[in-house]
Amino acid sequence: MTIEIKTATLEPIRNTFEHTRRRFGDKPASRYQEASYDIAPENNFHYRPMWQPDKLLNDPSRTAVVMEDWYAFRDPRQYYYGTYVQARAKLQEVTENNYAFFDKRGLAERLSEEVKEKVVRCLIPLRHMELGANMNNVLCSAYGTSTVLTQAFLYNGMDRLGIAQYLSRIGLLLDGNSAETLTKAKEHWMTDPAWQGLRRYTENTLVVEDWYEVFIAQDVVLDTLVYDLMYRQFDEVITEEGGSDLAMLIEFMQEWHKDTSRWVDATLKSTVAESDHNKELIGRWVAEWQEKAVADLAPLAEIAVGDDAVNACTEALNQRLAKAGL
Amino acid sequence: MSKVYIALQDNEESHYIVEAIEEDNADVTVIYQPAMIRIECEGHMVIKRETVEEKMGRDWEIPALHVNLITLGGNVDEDDDQLSLTWNN
Amino acid sequence: MSNKKLNLKDKYRLLTRDLEWEFSYRDRKEIFPQEDFEGIKITDWSKWEDPFRLTMDSYWKYQAEKEKKLYAIFDAFSQNNGQQNVTDARYVNAIKLFLTGVSPLEYQAYSGFAHVGRQFGGAGARVACQMQSLDELRHVQTQIHAMSHYNKHFDGFQDFAHMHDRVWYLSVPKSFFDDARSAGPFEFMVAIGFSFEYVLTNLLFVPFMSGAAYNGDMATVTFGFSAQSDEARHMTLGLEVIKFLLEQHEDNVPIVQRWINKWLWRGYRVLTLVAMMMDYMLPNKVMSWQESFEVYFEEAASSLFKDLARYGIEMPPYAADAIAEKEHLSHQAWSIFYNYGHAAAFHTWMPTEQEMDWLSEKYPNSFDQYYRPRFEKWREMEEAGERYYNPTLPMLCQTCQIPMGFTDMENPTMTSYRQSVYDGERYNFCSNGCKDIFDYEPEKYVQAWMPVHQIFQGNCGGPEMEDVLGDYYKINLGVDNLDFKGSPDEARWNAWHNLIPAEDKLKKAS
Repeated sequence: MTIEIKTATLEPIRNTFEHTRRRFGDKPASRYQEASYDIAPENNFHYRPMWQPDKLLNDPSRTAVVMEDWYAFRDPRQYYYGTYVQARAKLQEVTENNYAFFDKRGLAERLSEEVKEKVVRCLIPLRHMELGANMNNVLCSAYGTSTVLTQAFLYNGMDRLGIAQYLSRIGLLLDGNSAETLTKAKEHWMTDPAWQGLRRYTENTLVVEDWYEVFIAQDVVLDTLVYDLMYRQFDEVITEEGGSDLAMLIEFMQEWHKDTSRWVDATLKSTVAESDHNKELIGRWVAEWQEKAVADLAPLAEIAVGDDAVNACTEALNQRLAKAGL
Repeated sequence: MSKVYIALQDNEESHYIVEAIEEDNADVTVIYQPAMIRIECEGHMVIKRETVEEKMGRDWEIPALHVNLITLGGNVDEDDDQLSLTWNN
Repeated sequence: MSNKKLNLKDKYRLLTRDLEWEFSYRDRKEIFPQEDFEGIKITDWSKWEDPFRLTMDSYWKYQAEKEKKLYAIFDAFSQNNGQQNVTDARYVNAIKLFLTGVSPLEYQAYSGFAHVGRQFGGAGARVACQMQSLDELRHVQTQIHAMSHYNKHFDGFQDFAHMHDRVWYLSVPKSFFDDARSAGPFEFMVAIGFSFEYVLTNLLFVPFMSGAAYNGDMATVTFGFSAQSDEARHMTLGLEVIKFLLEQHEDNVPIVQRWINKWLWRGYRVLTLVAMMMDYMLPNKVMSWQESFEVYFEEAASSLFKDLARYGIEMPPYAADAIAEKEHLSHQAWSIFYNYGHAAAFHTWMPTEQEMDWLSEKYPNSFDQYYRPRFEKWREMEEAGERYYNPTLPMLCQTCQIPMGFTDMENPTMTSYRQSVYDGERYNFCSNGCKDIFDYEPEKYVQAWMPVHQIFQGNCGGPEMEDVLGDYYKINLGVDNLDFKGSPDEARWNAWHNLIPAEDKLKKAS
């Protein structure tokens, strides 16, 4: 006689949510998929925005870019909130050690007056430009519709605030917390001819209404040029001039830029590949903003690095655009 | 006068914070609820970093409160060394 | 070189406010176009006091710590089939209501705070709002992840976003937040930052989270406690916004007062769902709605408004109406849902005799007089095999969109019914609060997508109710809806917990 022992099996009755089943098939979805696709409200909004009565609350027509499916994008990093903060926390830990080391060892004293002045004139004023970048990316998050995009924009916007804060701390490390460098850097931002083009460019981006155009002007064009100039070329120059210790203070920005570029590239590529309409529209935006950005950047590039610097930046931007099919 | 209050998750770290609060504030009431510790006081309550560090036996900073905090009531004043809650009536 | 020690306040100012500059190439009004249209006057943004002074590096560090702990619990919960440890499968219907009704509001908050996080003219205010937007994204995503495992074992969670956009009772929270997001930035902050996140938040959160704790729901209680520390930051932001607006200019006071009046009432009406949840849907009860309301509204709000009195702000007039209703709200709400149990994506049921005794005890002035008799009648019908489902569609209040099931507190057997005529059409309301809100801005509230009107107009499929429920709402008929008794949820629960042990099978065989 055989004895059969019944055991309890707790079979799931479904593999995943309906919204992920419809999009990805009848299998368990990843956490990124569950929380990023098809969860934004799309229908039956109750009231028109009083601040923009010709649009709906969530409205794909807040940009002239057209996508058949605004969820066709992929963030190659697959950041949802949890993975985003943990990724940044890892970077933050390294950065905090770097800054503490720089401070504890009095490395500011080892920098020559020339190097310090150059840093205050060429690097620290970027803290204001990063505030502009913060505002622009938050705008994109607010006016975009698909969570896959809007969350990435919000992460980017908050990252820019973080970078602005690190740049401010660099100043405070150099001036022993007197805040003198920050005052000087703001003066440069407001009145130094080297910076006026870029300040004007930033203020111009802050009035653009089409959020995808803001993405182009800020994340694609300006950031590519500026990060190549300041966090690659300037880094090399300063190192040659005896400021190699600065590298540990700007490592965050370099790592961040690498990380975010993956998302910028993927997003741009998908949008351009969608249609001729998008390709032409984006191509036009890129051309307009690139022309201004290069002209505006040239004075700073010359002072920070040298004559050919702006050409090298332009080369970096052209490479990025080519990758995206532009 | 109205009561200010703070509620913390009931875990080991919070117990040190509660000890510190009891030391630095004269008339606190500590209420243990499921998974939560609620600390109340008339009008004013202060959490001092130094006292918490002393109880915990390691470095601690005020923003670390966020990890254990559930809710609070009162006007908040915060600096590097303390966080205080006050009602002005 | 001297190394001065910077205090937190100054350091934070240098790291946020000081990043701003005076625009000169573009007009400030072009960059902040939404600052003036609401009539609010800001004379000096630099007077803004930063609530929590959290820099991004600290944010990342501490939030990452919280996420690690939280997801470890989520993993343990699903690995150990934690859903089996809830008191009773009826409990799970409370969190179905949460995922379909509340989580999408976190999403709306994420969008809304990003919007004001760009539109406010002061960097300090913007940064605080942006951080809140990020927190709200955290909340919606962690809630989806917390519920993900429940979705695999219970019915009614599976299409939450689709349902939130369409289903009749979900238009109550949806329209609430649409109302806030469609308002200007300052009204949004008073509505959500202050009224919802400061005054009313504990009335929403504590019942759900304590309800979870008392009923063995580890995933939700862990989420709740983890989210609450974010809420502490949100509360201080809400309080700071109010004080800032009131201190900036005396002309702001009447505007802010009107907003507080409106939003406390609209928010209170949304909490009807919570009242019902607390009194009827938790097998282990935490406290009654009345008790919760007394602690978290009557006591807490009185301290708050005493504090605000110096600005000339008064307790909203409708607070008295809410207090008068506290002994009736939950019973009326559960009656509505019991009626329409065939049209809801969660189960309803008759309270047990024990539960009715608890309700009698907690509500000595109302339950036995007005509500027990109807429950006993319905129970009679159920026992005769004729469980009652209302075949008609209800009239909804034009403002809060709840079915007109509320009664006049002067005479609790009479439906509370108010009307306004606007542009030749008649609109109906459940209360003075809702009517007054409509009357002040009728051109806004006539736009509402009213679920019952839409069904009758043929915009939700049809022609039969089954078509609306099954196709348009995507409710799985006979599965997600109807009474808990006889549901697949109940059958599975019993199968998991009433397994026949091996020895008994053996005894039967021989």
